Amino acid sequence: MMLAPATELEMAEAVLAAHDRSEPVWVHGRETKKAMMRPVQAARSLSTRNLTGVTLYSPSELIVSARAGTLISDLEATLAAQGQHLIAEPPDFSALLGSTPDQTIGGVVATNLSGPRRIAWGAMRDHVMGLRFVNGSGELLHMGGRVLKNVTGLDVCKLLTGSHGTLGVITEVTLKVLPMPERRATLALAGLDPVQGTAALSAALGSPYAVSGAAYIPAALAATVPALSWMGGSVTLARIEDFAPSVVYRADRLRADLAGFGNAELLDDGATRAVWASIRDAQPLQATPGQAIWRVSVRPSAGPAVAASVQAAFAQAGFGASWFFDWGGGLVWIAGPANEAAHDAVRAAAIRTGGTWTLVRAPDALRTALAVIPPEPPALARISARVKTAFDPRSILNPGRIRAGHAEGEAA
Amino acid sequence: MIVQHAPKADILARREQILAGLRRILPETGVIGEALRLKPYETDGLAAYRQPPLAVALPETTEQVAAVMAFCHAEGVRVVPRGAGTSLSGGALPMEDAVVLGLMRMNRILEIDYADRLAVVQAGVTNIGITNAVHERGFFYAPDPSSQLACMIGGNVMMNSGGAHCLRYGVTANNLLGLKVVTVDGQILEIGGAHCDAAGLDWLGLITGSEGQLVLATEVTVRILRSPEGQRAMLAAFDGTEVAGQCVDAIISSGIIPVALEFMDRPCIHACEAFAHAGYPMDAEAMLIIEVEGSVAEQDELLGRIKDICRRFKPLSLKVSGSAEESAAIWKGRKGAFGAVGRISPDYLCMDGTIPTSRLPEVLRRIGEMSAACGLGVANVFHAGDGNLHPLIMFDANDPVSFHKAETLGADILKLCVEVGGCLTGEHGVGVEKRDLMNVQFTEPELDQQRRIKSAFDPAWLLNPSKVFPLKLPPEALEAARHSAVPMAAE
Repeated sequence: MMLAPATELEMAEAVLAAHDRSEPVWVHGRETKKAMMRPVQAARSLSTRNLTGVTLYSPSELIVSARAGTLISDLEATLAAQGQHLIAEPPDFSALLGSTPDQTIGGVVATNLSGPRRIAWGAMRDHVMGLRFVNGSGELLHMGGRVLKNVTGLDVCKLLTGSHGTLGVITEVTLKVLPMPERRATLALAGLDPVQGTAALSAALGSPYAVSGAAYIPAALAATVPALSWMGGSVTLARIEDFAPSVVYRADRLRADLAGFGNAELLDDGATRAVWASIRDAQPLQATPGQAIWRVSVRPSAGPAVAASVQAAFAQAGFGASWFFDWGGGLVWIAGPANEAAHDAVRAAAIRTGGTWTLVRAPDALRTALAVIPPEPPALARISARVKTAFDPRSILNPGRIRAGHAEGEAA
Repeated sequence: MIVQHAPKADILARREQILAGLRRILPETGVIGEALRLKPYETDGLAAYRQPPLAVALPETTEQVAAVMAFCHAEGVRVVPRGAGTSLSGGALPMEDAVVLGLMRMNRILEIDYADRLAVVQAGVTNIGITNAVHERGFFYAPDPSSQLACMIGGNVMMNSGGAHCLRYGVTANNLLGLKVVTVDGQILEIGGAHCDAAGLDWLGLITGSEGQLVLATEVTVRILRSPEGQRAMLAAFDGTEVAGQCVDAIISSGIIPVALEFMDRPCIHACEAFAHAGYPMDAEAMLIIEVEGSVAEQDELLGRIKDICRRFKPLSLKVSGSAEESAAIWKGRKGAFGAVGRISPDYLCMDGTIPTSRLPEVLRRIGEMSAACGLGVANVFHAGDGNLHPLIMFDANDPVSFHKAETLGADILKLCVEVGGCLTGEHGVGVEKRDLMNVQFTEPELDQQRRIKSAFDPAWLLNPSKVFPLKLPPEALEAARHSAVPMAAE
């Protein structure tokens, strides 16, 4: 049974009722990310979809507030009308996860999803200035505020961002926004191997030219991206976004700096938008419906080692892998067979390089049976369980969503 | 004054055993117990409050920190973490029965990786020390608090320090990748690492800015950035604070985000000019320092656009720096603002509220009225782009009436910040200074939620107690204690 309260007070009442009955609830917006993380076992569900609308927008203060159920598309349109945008470039995983495309801002914050710009301008969590939420006891709380700089009290906003609805039901968010760039361009180098490609991206990100996107796509996948297929071979991409004269100047300088890696082609504003939307949404992976999808986050120079290790392990087991890098090599997207052996290979590659991993997509059974993110060391797991209890004493909010058993309060 | 939890009598009675226990863990020079040598640790950047600690421990390794924490935990001893002691909110104010755990001896840079644009440093490395270490290769560490020559990265992490360039580069929290931390019972944990966005709950985000309430940080992995090709500042002077505020709005609304956008009012301009001789306009009611970066041509382009915007607001003067030296002179006045005010007043309190930038004219007018009503001068310096306001309240610390007035005025200004939609502190932290104002910004359930997080990390409240969270005391007890001259104890 789904409840979708129309006000945050009704939301608080609904959570309180579930608390009083000790009844688990599946907390969500429009369920576009239901196929991520672990499935929640709960008879009742609680949606923020009816909490909609921009409640405050002050472009000159770079601040926008919106109720959690506001569609990202509506919020982005409101911002675009004033020439501004969401800084973290949140992805749209509807194609990846087979969902409707109507994701909400509450869902994007609750999952801390960021796109290619993350490498230069921070993650979604870096731009959450304030939150209103209902904790697991049904208390309506307001943390942070509507100003850009605020260190008053503990940063509960960052803790709630990315907590997948396990600590509270987010009812309203306040975000920092920025002016949309006047112009975009991308330098594209063809034919580099993964190590050279990552080195070129490192040079680009380490240049003074404010590169805001850095990706590497192997030949087979690049051939499937319409704006890149003409290049032939692998493609190494560096994006610049700013005022038009700056983009022209910096692209020119950066091309000269990268000359040792080859002669970079320049993709114009339109091609840049298309290519980076595709990268943002992990479309180059070309994952087939039955495949599992992982994200591995590592230090950027370790990206090629992760890819090589996964590819070797997959090949040994007799299946193919597809992968590409965003975040300068620091984010490795991987698609492969949905089985435990493949999962173990990805995990091992991430651990060996000191990184972290997430099983983004897999059949429910696999996501229930396996850890979808790394376990916490015991000392942290104990704290984690107590923090869960501090927000949700009866463990009713999305139990088991992040980890099985752990952080559900029983270790407290 | 400030009320602290009462010292535990049994701890005070066992002082010698506790010192002996610390000496078993640390080298001889790492434990301080003599009254004279405890003196430098009795206060921090908020020098109005003083309290010598039980002892000072100065570990040199994470393992020593863990051993000290395990020992103190087992003995039930409170611990006050300390970096360089530059906190302006009393974040490192000791307690009579607490061990001050100073991290200044952990001052090594462990790794610099230009390819992955990160540095791993110990907590006692100074903020500027990171930039100095990578400067030669054209890199820098972005957050730049005014105290950056002295303050340490461990303290920056715990206070989530800002600086003048946050508008473009963010605060400490936005520039961290990982931490090595020690829990209250002496466990060592790795949080995050050399990669972005650790999966699971954002412990890195929660710990950053937690003011030593949750864990101690001993190692920090920071992002280092490539420096821009250059930067240049300009000055714009106006005959009213209102038009200056409107000009700030117009610049941001035009789509330009300068790397710094600083606002000074008349008293502040005068104090700074007397100190820095930067050529500040003495006839102005308000002045903006606006800095842009990029190549010379890019600077010219942006400064040209900004000048056009400024002209719409009838500036008294516009002055674009022609050289790095001129830019440095412009910044010298601003960066020395606190010291400059210190030259014209025996003492000052530096407040740190944030307000919605659109409310600036109204807030400055009301601060002016409050300042006139209590007879204490106030100079205002403001990070105009991000709304962080620093009113400097001038008073005489040798006059208890003057000090009490300054504290009251400061509290009233912060209440005003919250009233107009802002917050109590933008970058200095709550510490002891703003602790008893927390219920102006938060409801009791909101404070209790935060207290429960504290308890999850530190069930016995041994880490930096008496700070951040208002003590649960009857109001009369707090009021009585506030009028005494030294930290008062209460249960």
